[in-house]
Amino acid sequence: MCCRIKHTYKMKKHSSVLLFLLLFSVTLVAQKKLFTKTGLITFNSKTSIEKIQAVNKKVLAVLDVATNKIEFAVLIKGFEFEKALMQEHFNENYLESDKFPKATFKGKFDDTNFTILAEENKTVTVNISGNLTLHGVTKPVTAKALITTKNKTVSAASSLTILLSDYSIKIPAVNKNNVNNQVQININLANLQEMK
Amino acid sequence: MKKLLFALICLLFICPVMAQDTSLVSGLEDENAVEKITGTFKSTRVINAHSTEMLYKGNMDFRILHRFGPVNSGVKEFFGLDNANMRMSFDFGITNNLMIGIGRSTNLKDLDFLIKTRLLQQTKGAKPIPVSLLVAAGYIVTTQQSFATVKPTFSDRSSYYLQMIVGRKFNSNFSVQLSPLLVHNNSTLNPTDDKTIFGLGGGARYKVSKRIALVADYHYAVGKLDNAITNPVSLGVDIETGGHVFQLHFTNSAGMNEKAYLTQTTGKFFNGDIRFGFNLSRMFNIGKKKKNW
Repeated sequence: MCCRIKHTYKMKKHSSVLLFLLLFSVTLVAQKKLFTKTGLITFNSKTSIEKIQAVNKKVLAVLDVATNKIEFAVLIKGFEFEKALMQEHFNENYLESDKFPKATFKGKFDDTNFTILAEENKTVTVNISGNLTLHGVTKPVTAKALITTKNKTVSAASSLTILLSDYSIKIPAVNKNNVNNQVQININLANLQEMK
Repeated sequence: MKKLLFALICLLFICPVMAQDTSLVSGLEDENAVEKITGTFKSTRVINAHSTEMLYKGNMDFRILHRFGPVNSGVKEFFGLDNANMRMSFDFGITNNLMIGIGRSTNLKDLDFLIKTRLLQQTKGAKPIPVSLLVAAGYIVTTQQSFATVKPTFSDRSSYYLQMIVGRKFNSNFSVQLSPLLVHNNSTLNPTDDKTIFGLGGGARYKVSKRIALVADYHYAVGKLDNAITNPVSLGVDIETGGHVFQLHFTNSAGMNEKAYLTQTTGKFFNGDIRFGFNLSRMFNIGKKKKNW
């Protein structure tokens, strides 16, 4: 983004026609990207012995409406647990956040008429498919998401279930009864901003 | 001019396309983010020495420590296992940077109290802090009945210690700390011993797998002590299983508090006066659970 703006300034001296054209092109591209830096990801995993829940409130997410692309990035160390020791074990022993500090998702959503984003109180369901990278392993995932417009803001929500074994996150034999291989992930992006 | 204009417009369209190809979220990351380094050691003690680890707020650590008899006492004593010294302790995390503890050893029936605080925590990010800095202070009182003609007073049976811990996690596997220790005994076992002994201490950990680590600690005593007194050396393995940490080790020290291991160790490590020992740590959540979502 910044590089385009820089170009704009450089050109200023040369020609006002050029400037106009450039500005026009910039807004055309930029207009349709929605983002947040404070998205919410929670996950749940339950066994008869232990309930594991965590939240990350600093999810980066960008929805590019023009190209139908969607991307997430989240720091593993940003997940907060009820029990501090659980959080330490999550980082040290399961997700190895020193080695793999980030989880990312890069995907596309199916063609949808996004003109509704300009309207109030509308909800649209989209199918998302892409690659989730977690613990250094990239796997294709699909999910349904709801995009809602309300009070002049756009928000999005989705949930999916993953298997820890798919991402080579090993549960040691002694903890087999405490940690479920199946984890439900909820994603909540409230108040998406237009990227300027 | 037209060609130039066309070329420039093309260039401008290419530029954002290239940027998008790499990552949509790049540039959104918080560049000032500070990341605290955790898990420098597996437990609040390396083996004998305090480590750079603290208890989390609301956690209670119940520790059972054993030091058996010398391995070189032979098969008659089952290589020392017939004989055990024990220390039991409860440590509490008041905040993430402050903990207190109480412990009791069978050896001399020592009762000990502890307060430990973290002044600096190693971080990486915008303004990294290269090391963690902690201070632990304690009071130890011997409660074993004395049969001496002049009974030692409460004050005579008291000892104090202060330990500073400077540690660094170099990478996810390797951590080192320096932990100088100052012990003051109001009265000494041997009348010619110095009352204040300084210990140059250090410890290290090397993780061999996610849950198993090799650990070692050592203290070099500076000050006048009886010739029979040796420097405590300990080598061990930490095994972590969820809420438990098992620290199995070989050491020449029978004592499990600061006074005992620095000023009362008699085993000559390299002569085979080695004892098998373990520290068992079990963590309990006693504080209010934080839930913020």
